[in-house]
Amino acid sequence: MRDVFLHLALLVLGPLTLLGLVGRVKAVAARRVGAPLLQPWHDVWKLLRKGAVYSTTTTPLFVAGPIVALACTALAALMVPLAGVQAPLAFPGDIFVFAGLLALARFATMLSALDTGSAFEGMGASREAAFAAMAEPALFLVLMIATLPGGTPSFSTAFNELSGTGGLVRDPVLLLAALAFGAFLLTDLSRIPIDDPNTHLELTMIHEVMILDHSGPDLAFLHIGYAMRLFVLSAIGVHLLVPVPPDAPLAALAVLLAGQAGIAGFIGGIESVTARLRLTRVAQFLIGASVVAAIGVLVLHLGGRA
Amino acid sequence: MTLGPPKSFRNGQAVPGAAIPTVAPRAFRDLVIAACASGARVCALYALPSGGEVTLHVLLAHDDVGRLSMLATRTRAGGSFPSMASALPSTQAMERAVFEDHGVLPEGHPWLKPLRRHPALQAGSGTEPGGPQGPADARRPEHPFFRVEGAGVHEVAVGPVHAGVIEPGHFRFQCSGETVHTLEIHLGYQHRGALARLVAARPAHRTAIAESLVGDGAISHGLAYGVVAEALGGVAVPERALALRQVALELERISDHVGDFGALCNDVGYLPAASWCPRLRGDIQNALGLLTGHRFGRGFLVPGGLIAPVGDDVLAELARVLATFGREFTQVVSLALDAPSVLSRFEGTGVVSQAVARDLGLLGVAARASGCDLDARRDHPLPGCRPLPSAPSVQATGDVLARARVRVAETTRSLERIQAQLAAMPDGPVRAPVGPWAGDAVAVGLVEGSRGQVTHVGITDANGGLAAYHVFDPSLLNWPGLAMALRGQQISDFPLCNKSFDLSYAGHDL
Repeated sequence: MRDVFLHLALLVLGPLTLLGLVGRVKAVAARRVGAPLLQPWHDVWKLLRKGAVYSTTTTPLFVAGPIVALACTALAALMVPLAGVQAPLAFPGDIFVFAGLLALARFATMLSALDTGSAFEGMGASREAAFAAMAEPALFLVLMIATLPGGTPSFSTAFNELSGTGGLVRDPVLLLAALAFGAFLLTDLSRIPIDDPNTHLELTMIHEVMILDHSGPDLAFLHIGYAMRLFVLSAIGVHLLVPVPPDAPLAALAVLLAGQAGIAGFIGGIESVTARLRLTRVAQFLIGASVVAAIGVLVLHLGGRA
Repeated sequence: MTLGPPKSFRNGQAVPGAAIPTVAPRAFRDLVIAACASGARVCALYALPSGGEVTLHVLLAHDDVGRLSMLATRTRAGGSFPSMASALPSTQAMERAVFEDHGVLPEGHPWLKPLRRHPALQAGSGTEPGGPQGPADARRPEHPFFRVEGAGVHEVAVGPVHAGVIEPGHFRFQCSGETVHTLEIHLGYQHRGALARLVAARPAHRTAIAESLVGDGAISHGLAYGVVAEALGGVAVPERALALRQVALELERISDHVGDFGALCNDVGYLPAASWCPRLRGDIQNALGLLTGHRFGRGFLVPGGLIAPVGDDVLAELARVLATFGREFTQVVSLALDAPSVLSRFEGTGVVSQAVARDLGLLGVAARASGCDLDARRDHPLPGCRPLPSAPSVQATGDVLARARVRVAETTRSLERIQAQLAAMPDGPVRAPVGPWAGDAVAVGLVEGSRGQVTHVGITDANGGLAAYHVFDPSLLNWPGLAMALRGQQISDFPLCNKSFDLSYAGHDL
């Protein structure tokens, strides 16, 4: 029971703060004063108190999008172990439900973008759909690498198994998984080099253009859903790379938070030193990620461990 | 009739209006096309209505000999003249402006669409003549946009309200998915009637109006007006003023180029240069503020020289700022242009071939990036100034990278030029009185601004009062270059291409 409360507390407090941390990393790298760590909290709080503006071309689908997206992401977040190796919701096959829920969240956002009838939002939705479809194989291959040794397609079993093996140090295959997962993470979260979360240029946007017409609480829901996605995916990344001690809750919490801070540093660091890919190159990037993960699966298989 | 040197003159000279050879409209067209076939460039084409007649003037630049020439023709008011836009695409916008402002029809114009104002508004009861025509009319006809039809082709309309804080302009893309077939750029939202206002203004206010034609081109436009006024007033500007004006002009160029380089990096999401360049631009703008009292250089120039003397302590401080700037600029450029991720975005994006650049009459950075060896500082130096000693920075590839490299090379060149000017700064007064203006004269001022050659033409009446004033900002000619650069490109690269040209909306719309 205590674990469940800890999980929920992390899910409430963690996401927006982690998003703020990415912003801090970028600000420091650019030697700017930058926004404070808790800026995303202020933004969301501001949006929640505002009214929303709806275009006359939209239907209830437009309002439903952010709610469905947030609900799906929150439900998916319950399936990933955060501090420790046991998630509140764990059952054989939960990795598929997890991936499906994330896809459903994206689908809801895309529908509500298309619902505006705007050429920009349609373009953004089309890009998002294309890149998400190309990124998904990488996610599943990475999850295969993580779950094959445990034998059950479930996060909790897999991470339990991983925590016993000693992680990356003992199993270099995880390095391949981490590489592919890193590429997936940047794509899924619409970060550089796939997308630029800071751009004001509507023609180059992917994620940002899909939420251009949302305002007030709807936009707040989208922001929270996005931050939660960042939090959960980075938790998976930490579990892949670092063995979380199963029986020491405090140490597990420390490993998780330090690892997530590291991933925030990775995202902010990439954004501080590299330019965005040309849109036509993104496919190569994502296929590359899938190939790396596929090699990992092969290695596991040929090594007789799956 | 020939257009050789006997009828020609130099930048910053006034010629009597009567000395401009006048020919029949058909010969006018043929002579201009023939002159351009042998290397001349059309810098200006405008109409002067008088009584029941309209006089058309064309200003040609002969870059190889550093001379200018003019030719005139007459037609009745509401009449027509044979269009040369099909043979000389560089004249298409100017002919449209003539049609729009004076109702003289360019016969056979292939693209006779509204340039600045909507026809319904023009017919309506306008406010002041030539001024802005009141609020948008709901009954106005749709702009006749070019359309591509067929399966999978769709339109994307961008603007005039944009997601960033920029000037208004409408961009209409015909795309298949991410690939752009054509882009049509429709401007005119910023038409302020600035030229009519400049003619009507008191002489003392005209420099201020010229400086406000283009926000970040205050020095180049202010200077071009000064050149015209000095040519008409017959004044020799003191040497110190000439040198300081050039320092200000080059500072403006550096400021614009550095800002653009940072914006290019920002558009591809390259944070280090995107954060660094705006700060460097701030340093340069502060230096310009130190020199002129205004961070964009307004209120510094007056016909005859400068508004106030500049002390040597200011120049010493300027030299110090520029030395630091030079070091940091080299660092930020090598950081960005050595980054493979940046190069892969810049290279091969938004290519304008040399032939297209020449046909469209592109100017400035856009022309030099496409291999056109043009620079008014070298070909048409300001009166009393030495021409730019060496060839301008020319690149061959015509892509975003070429335009970025031209900006970098020009920044370095401008720095050297300023430092040379500062090292050999003449003493003496900075202002000479301007005499009464010559009557019935035409004077031309060409200044190489940061976007390219700024052309100002002033025409006086019999008493030496300003009868008409025409301005051709390089943006007028360069906007179609951007449209051509987008053909076959990814629509997501449009902002990058747009920034690499960095054109002015206000300069186009006037």
